[in-house]
Amino acid sequence: MIQPQSVGVVAPQRAHFAEPLPLRSGNTLPEYELVYETYGELNTDRSNAVLVCHALSGSHHVAGHYADAPNSVGWWDNLVGPGKPLDARKFFVIGVNNLGGCHGSTGPISINPATGKPWGADFPFVTVEDWVEAQARLADRLGIQRFAAIVGGSLGGMQALSWTLQYPERVAHAVVIASAPKLTAQNIAFNEVARQAILTDPDFHGGDYYAHGVVPARGLKLARMVGHITYLSDDAMGDKFGRSLRHGKAIYSYDVEFEIESYLRYQGDKFAGFFDANTYLLATKALDYFDPAFEHGGNLPAALAPATADFLVVSFSTDWRFSPARSREIVYALLHNQRNVSYAQIESDAGHDSFLLDDAQYHALLAAYFDRIKV
Amino acid sequence: MSYRYDYEVITQWIAPGEKVLDLGCGDGSLLKHLAEVRQVQGYGVENDPDKLLACTRNGVNVIQMDMEKGLAGIEDGFFDHVIMSLSLQAMHNTQGILAEMLRVAREAVVSFPNFGYWRHRQSILNGRMPVSESLPHQWFNTPNVRFFTISDFDALCEMNGIAVRERLAFDEGKLILDEPNFLASVAVYRLGRGG
Repeated sequence: MIQPQSVGVVAPQRAHFAEPLPLRSGNTLPEYELVYETYGELNTDRSNAVLVCHALSGSHHVAGHYADAPNSVGWWDNLVGPGKPLDARKFFVIGVNNLGGCHGSTGPISINPATGKPWGADFPFVTVEDWVEAQARLADRLGIQRFAAIVGGSLGGMQALSWTLQYPERVAHAVVIASAPKLTAQNIAFNEVARQAILTDPDFHGGDYYAHGVVPARGLKLARMVGHITYLSDDAMGDKFGRSLRHGKAIYSYDVEFEIESYLRYQGDKFAGFFDANTYLLATKALDYFDPAFEHGGNLPAALAPATADFLVVSFSTDWRFSPARSREIVYALLHNQRNVSYAQIESDAGHDSFLLDDAQYHALLAAYFDRIKV
Repeated sequence: MSYRYDYEVITQWIAPGEKVLDLGCGDGSLLKHLAEVRQVQGYGVENDPDKLLACTRNGVNVIQMDMEKGLAGIEDGFFDHVIMSLSLQAMHNTQGILAEMLRVAREAVVSFPNFGYWRHRQSILNGRMPVSESLPHQWFNTPNVRFFTISDFDALCEMNGIAVRERLAFDEGKLILDEPNFLASVAVYRLGRGG
C-alpha cells in the first residue's frame, strides 16, 4: 500500500477527426476535435485502458492539475491516481470532453467551417450514443481495442451503459454510478425548467449570443440553481444551511437573507462564469433522449441483451434525482440476461452529488472492484 | 474465506451450470465454491456493506437488497436453486421469504441451527441460553431473531404447503439419522412447491 497520491501535473491533448460523424438526429458533423487527458501508462498488451465518462458539467480534466494552476484539480481527482481506487499505476485512464462541450472539444463555441462563425444554435443535437461513437474513434486512435473498464456517474453512467450496447466486445467492465436507464418525467421537467431559463434570457439571442458579445448569464445561473437543488438531498441542505439568516433576523428584502439563497446564487454565478449555455442545453437534451429500451417497446431487459460486460452498479440512498430504484432497473435487466452484475446502494446524505465525494464505503467498494479487474 | 460443512450438502444438490441465488451470502464463499465445482451462474444477496465489499473482493456477483422486503424485481422461476444458508433464523419475515424463495426458484435450499439440539436443551435446563458451534453468539449480541427446531420447521412447511424433498441433519458435521430434532445441531433442507 502506498499513500494515495495525485497524478500530479497533467496536460490536455487534442485529436482531430476529419471523417464526418453521422449523428442520431440525422445530421452529420463534418469534422471535429476531441480534447482529452490520460493518466498512467498504456501497457504493452493495450489491455489496461479505463475510460472515464463525464456528466453534465464535467470535462476531460478528471485528475491532477495544470502546471500553471495548482488549484485546477480534476473533477474526480479523489478517485484517480496512484494508490487511489482507480489506480493510475495499474490502469491507463482516459478522460475526454464530449462533443458539444465547452472545454475544448468541438462544440457550439467552436467555429463552424461552413460559415467561419461559431456554431452557436446551429450545432447539431448530440446524444449519448453519438458521444460513444466519438469516444470509440478516439479509442481507435489511441490503439485501444478493448477497455478494461468504462466508468461514469450520472450522465457519465449512461455513456458507460451505452458503450456495452453499442460496442459490447470493447468493454470488459462497466461501472455505472448514480445513473439511470432513462430519465423520468420529473427529471425531464427539471431539465426543461433549466432550458427555459436559458432560452428566455434576452441575452440568449437564439443561441448566437457570441456575435453579440454577451452570454445569457442570468438564464444559465438559474438553470444551475435549479440543478443544484436537485443534486443535494433535503437533509444535506438542511444540515448545511437550515434556515440560517445572514442578518440573524428577517429584513424583508429580496437580497440574500437565507444562507441557502447565498449558496445557490454563488454556485449559479460561478457556473455562469465559465460554462457555455448552448452546451448546457445540448447536454440536458442528451440526458432526456437517452432511453435504450425505447426501440424495444420499453423492454429494458431486451435492450440490454447485447451487453456482455461485467457490471458494477452503484446508487446512493438520498439521491432522488437518479434514485436507487433507477439503478435497480438496470440491475434486474442485466440479471434477466444472466450477466455478471453487482449492485450496492451506498448510505449517504449528500444526494446525487455523492458520486463525486469520497465516502469510505463507496471508495472501498470501487477499489475492491477495480482491484479484481484483470489487465 | 469461511467454509462450512453444509456447503458440501448444498453442493451435491446443485447441478452443473445452474442459476443460483444465495440469500445472505456473507463473503460469497459458497458461491465461489459453487462457481468452481459446479460452474454455476451465481448471485448473492446481502444488505451489509462489509459483506458486499467481501463479495466484491472474492469476485462474486452480489446484489444489495433488504430480503425482509422480499425479492421484488427477480422474475418468477428465474433461478434453478435459491439458497439460504444459516440465515433464516436471523430474519423476521420467515413465511414471506420462504414464499419468495419458492417463487423465484424451482427449489429452495435452507439450512438453520436446530434450537432443539440436546446441548441447547441442556443449556436451557441449566438456566442459560445456549451458546454452541451452531449458535455462536450470546443472547445480547445474536443476530438471530427466530428460535425454532427441526420439528417446528417441518410443521411450518406442512402448514404452508411447502414440500420437503430432502432433509439432512448433522451434529457438528456428522450425519444424524435417528432423532434429529434431539441429536442434530444443524439441518439442511431441499424444498419445493407443494401440491
